Amino acid sequence: MSFDILFASVLNGLTTGAIYALVALGLTLIYGVLHIINFAHGAALMVALYGVYGLKSAWGVDPYLALPLMVPAMFAFGYALQRGVISRASHGKDENILLVTLGVAIVLENLALVLFKSDTRTIDTAYTLTTVPIGPAFIALPKLLAFAGALVTSALMLLIVTRTDLGRAIRAVAKEKQGAKLMGIDVEHVYAMSFGIGLACLGAAACFLLPAYYVNPQVGAGFVLVAFTIVVLGGMGSFAGALLGGLLIGVVESLGGLVLGESLGQIGIFVIFIAVLLFRPTGLFGART
Amino acid sequence: MSNRRIFIRRSAAAASALAFPLVGGAQPKAVKVGILHPVTGALAYSGQQCREGALMAIDDINKTGIKALGGAKLEVVLGDAQSTPQAGTAEIEKMNEAGCAAVVGAYASAICLATTQAAAKYNLPHVVDVGVADQIVERGLKNTFRFGPGYRTCAQIALSNLHVLNTAAGKPAKTVMIIHEESLFGTGTANLLAKELPGFGYEVKEVVKHANPTRDFNNIVLRMKAVNPDIVIPANYYNEYALLVRTMQQQKVAPKAIYSVLGGAASSYKFVKEFPDAANGIIDCNHWFNPKDKRALELKKRTETKNLFYSYEVFNTYTAVRLLADAIERAKSAERAAITDALASSTFSDHFLPYGPTRFENGQNTGAQPLMTQVIKGDIRVIVPRDYREAEPIFPLRS
Repeated sequence: MSFDILFASVLNGLTTGAIYALVALGLTLIYGVLHIINFAHGAALMVALYGVYGLKSAWGVDPYLALPLMVPAMFAFGYALQRGVISRASHGKDENILLVTLGVAIVLENLALVLFKSDTRTIDTAYTLTTVPIGPAFIALPKLLAFAGALVTSALMLLIVTRTDLGRAIRAVAKEKQGAKLMGIDVEHVYAMSFGIGLACLGAAACFLLPAYYVNPQVGAGFVLVAFTIVVLGGMGSFAGALLGGLLIGVVESLGGLVLGESLGQIGIFVIFIAVLLFRPTGLFGART
Repeated sequence: MSNRRIFIRRSAAAASALAFPLVGGAQPKAVKVGILHPVTGALAYSGQQCREGALMAIDDINKTGIKALGGAKLEVVLGDAQSTPQAGTAEIEKMNEAGCAAVVGAYASAICLATTQAAAKYNLPHVVDVGVADQIVERGLKNTFRFGPGYRTCAQIALSNLHVLNTAAGKPAKTVMIIHEESLFGTGTANLLAKELPGFGYEVKEVVKHANPTRDFNNIVLRMKAVNPDIVIPANYYNEYALLVRTMQQQKVAPKAIYSVLGGAASSYKFVKEFPDAANGIIDCNHWFNPKDKRALELKKRTETKNLFYSYEVFNTYTAVRLLADAIERAKSAERAAITDALASSTFSDHFLPYGPTRFENGQNTGAQPLMTQVIKGDIRVIVPRDYREAEPIFPLRS
């Protein structure tokens, strides 16, 4: 196998990994910081993808121009979902949250099945087929933009969590819920804000994903397992970890697919995952406890 | 008095006029026919194309009805196989319950394999419209009939023609890479090709399998780049075929020929219209109509006025339904057993496919054959055999 081919495969993996990272970024906030095991994460991504698809097919809105619409829309959806459904139905018990988010996922997926049938839908844009030469490789333009989008989004997330009052409140709630409450932090609001931001990430991911991907009611399932893997691999609640973990998983999957064939390609992901759990259980960037 | 007579006469006339439609209105009982396709799921596009073809055939047949049954109309019972064999089987159960006299379907080989078997339990005649896997007609099912060619016939014809084309061009092509979808159709076709190609002097460099749906062919195309085959042979369904060829275009991989055997998009007007550059020069050995038959071209026009593409799904299923109607006519009965017998002994000839005389042997029409087409200047032209030739083949595409 020549260098050119490996180089192209690595680049391809990096761009795929960037999308994984975008999905994992939202999850690492919800799961890593707030310890909400959000089984509805994949279903929420599916909702966002249908949103982008709907905007494009009904009004011809370019997926990238849909960003300022989809991000706030998904934020509002996340906020309402946490405040109105998950928080109320779970009564603060972790095992309840698990079941409630699973239930939300099932409802969302079946709603999509009723509304859109099980057809796989794609959008076509002028730049779908455009490629950019990087050294000896050719990378599809939508994938390159997704890569840039993932970097920007993770930088923004990092800024929000480290530099804003909201970020401080989120970290306070994550560390010591009672204490935060005593300091006058509205814990319910912070939970809902975090959930909203987590889903807003998916709104961005959907805009970057759809030009090079597809949507059907089951599309989230393929991402959610990988995203959980990345969150644990990168270290719970670590944004840099989610980004690097996503890129690593993307490259491993791509090289695995190249060497072992498409069907066996994902085996490498789980080998790495098991290895990290065995030798570094806090994840690559996780804080040692 | 005269007024009364006139009144009686007029009343009688009126009464008979009223009564007459009742006599004339005693319609013969409609014959229920199951039309089963994967109209949702991964194969939705092809399934819907099949359904459209079937419905056009039913429209045509119902203009006169089945004459032998006093002009009985065909009543459609639609089914959705949801692109899975399990859902297809469930639909057969429903069609049996609904009292269908026969079923036409179900496009994909893997689905047909399941539906024909399910229909056999009820002695329900099943005309296979596309389903190219030869196992479908090799299990001794008495209810199963396939009018079109199977993949063995297609692979053999494709290979011998490849050899003719390559030899005529001075044997520029020596190596082959096969890319196929992972279900029965793709795997079976690929296995046949991989076994036969070395006998013709070609080296099969690689056989790559992929899932349905696959949304990223970059890795497969990178392997292709590494292997650098002279000929690429894809055997997959529309979406994946289109994406594979588009990714090859993106990655600037240009083999001497893309030579498809039952390529999902290789002889598709949709593909040629949407991606003219990617489609240019592609050769396909596939189901095709007789380009010199007026009826085929009329149906093409009719399909296009519905804003649909005239794909093999449309005319294959159209013909399959006509074959069934012809059998019901011959059987003079809507009984399943009588229709099965009529299909088995059918000599159906009122169609526009480029086949020899219709004769069913173990459910397979021995007259069926594929044609070789090539995308030339934005149109799909028949290149082989000579009887149907519209254009000279261009091989190799690149030296």
